[in-house]
Amino acid sequence: MQFWIAQTLNGLSFGALLFLLASGLSLIFGLMRIVNIAHGSYYLLGAYVAISVVRATGSFLLAVVTAAAVLAAIGVVMQRLFLARFYRQELAQVLLTMGFTFVFADLTLLLWGGDPQRLSVPPLLARAVPIGPVFFPAYRLAVMLVGATVALLLWLVQEKTRIGAVVRAAVDDQEMARGLGINVGPLLTGMFALGAALAGFGGVMGAPFLGAYPGADSDVLPLAFAVVIIGGLGSLKGALVGSALVGVLDNLGKALFPELSYFTLFVPMAVILAIRPTGLFGRT
Amino acid sequence: MAARLRIAGLGLGLAALLALPRLLPVYFTHLLILTLIYGLSGMGLDILLGYTGLTSFGHAAYFGMAAYTVGVLTTRFHLAMPPAMLAGIVAAALLAAAFGLLATRTTRVYFIIITLALGMGLWGLAYRWVSVTGGDNGLPGIPPLDLGFAWPRRDVTGLYRFVLAVFGGVAFLLYRFVHSPFGLTLRGIRESESRMRMLGFYTWLHTYVAFIVAGTVAGVAGVLYAAYNGFVSPPDLHITASAEQVLVVILGGAGTLFGPLLGAGLVVFLRNLVSAYTHRWMLILGTIFILTVLYAPQGVLGGIRAVLARRRPPLPPPAAVPAGEAVHQAAEATREGT
Repeated sequence: MQFWIAQTLNGLSFGALLFLLASGLSLIFGLMRIVNIAHGSYYLLGAYVAISVVRATGSFLLAVVTAAAVLAAIGVVMQRLFLARFYRQELAQVLLTMGFTFVFADLTLLLWGGDPQRLSVPPLLARAVPIGPVFFPAYRLAVMLVGATVALLLWLVQEKTRIGAVVRAAVDDQEMARGLGINVGPLLTGMFALGAALAGFGGVMGAPFLGAYPGADSDVLPLAFAVVIIGGLGSLKGALVGSALVGVLDNLGKALFPELSYFTLFVPMAVILAIRPTGLFGRT
Repeated sequence: MAARLRIAGLGLGLAALLALPRLLPVYFTHLLILTLIYGLSGMGLDILLGYTGLTSFGHAAYFGMAAYTVGVLTTRFHLAMPPAMLAGIVAAALLAAAFGLLATRTTRVYFIIITLALGMGLWGLAYRWVSVTGGDNGLPGIPPLDLGFAWPRRDVTGLYRFVLAVFGGVAFLLYRFVHSPFGLTLRGIRESESRMRMLGFYTWLHTYVAFIVAGTVAGVAGVLYAAYNGFVSPPDLHITASAEQVLVVILGGAGTLFGPLLGAGLVVFLRNLVSAYTHRWMLILGTIFILTVLYAPQGVLGGIRAVLARRRPPLPPPAAVPAGEAVHQAAEATREGT
């Protein structure tokens, strides 16, 4: 029992982290039909930026803000200068983001070196909390809380605000939205920046327990992809359910079959694909 | 006339490839072997990417599956190289048959991310299943290929000729494949799947077979790689390797049979040239990706064909559509009016 509770909690906290990545990936896809391979790089860059900021100032909060701001800026540049020129040319966009992935991987190696680095947990959260029979790290609980809060905020903005309505309109039919006088260009840039910032934020939150190391970008990217394949591309609800599922399954896999762990994750993905090619909540 | 010219060109190219090791230092023979291997794998990928309009971002999985099969069978079960290599090709074909069932249910973007995710799943297996694959250390000590009569592996020129012979054989088969009615159907699917379906073609089966052919060709390249390199490790089937395969195809010219060979040559020689001066290969590779998309979306051969096509308008050569554009067109054609 203890084992199952601990592993499920571990999995859910990892899922919360995945949600930060997958929600951005999904939003960007829903609006722009861009599959952003560089999303894993945003995650790693966020972690590295945070490590540097904490080293310089000691403030975790400042690290979060800086990482999100830096990644948003990178997102704006990538979307405006490169991706916007290839509207609806999927292969060109994928290749571009792939190229950026390599560039970012090498630049981070150059700037932060090849040794794995870890962000220290903020002192306020550096303890364990009893949950039933297990003691659980407070930081991981905080990550879950953050994930849930971001999900709630995204949902509120999407469903209850004017901006959200505009975004939904653009997702449904971009040409019609343009015809109604909605300026779609800045909206796309803004959403791309938001997605990048969320991924960077994910990197910061993950750095204390997963660490930052060369290759973390391509480790985490297939997991985020698995989330959107399971949940359905372009769906916030799908990203939420998918992240929880992938997080828990990945953790159970690691605990039960350590040698096959990464691979076991792709079994449920295959099953869902076979039944519903567009994912649980994806549109056909 | 055009066909005769093409055959003459091919013959000339083959003669040049045979003669090259005699003219160049041994170092270049090594690079030529790698060029042939990656070029062959790229030609397989081109069947999907260039001819069918489906971009697989997990092509290195089949290459790696074949190489790992050779590695496991020879180092752990002490099987001889020839049967191990055959088993490697079969393993790659079976993997493609399994992954293809999932991937060909989708198209376009979904196809890209599913092939990528499945490929990385296999990478995870190679990386973590230490008791079989050796994990991060890979599998060293794959024995040299000894066919009993001619080709000891120590002799690089001998191995080069063997690789060239296999390459020539597979290239011939692929030539027949893409120019067969089946290959033409694939091109039709690339341009508009819905129209091909309406014409009565069983488009899914065509796509699925193309997927298996692509994986099998990668498998042939993979077993050659295992025989040449004597060592397999997880980077051989990492997403980076898959991406390099896509680059090889795009750079050479998607939808041209020998374009990938040219692309592989560019990548292999450039990487070795660059490595002599700097460790920043990834940075340069990424930049090549970005520059190719921005300035040379048709690749080298595609660009040449476009120029030729402009010169003689009455004889349209086989379409070398930039892959991105082809995907785009196919997307437009099949898009339901939502």
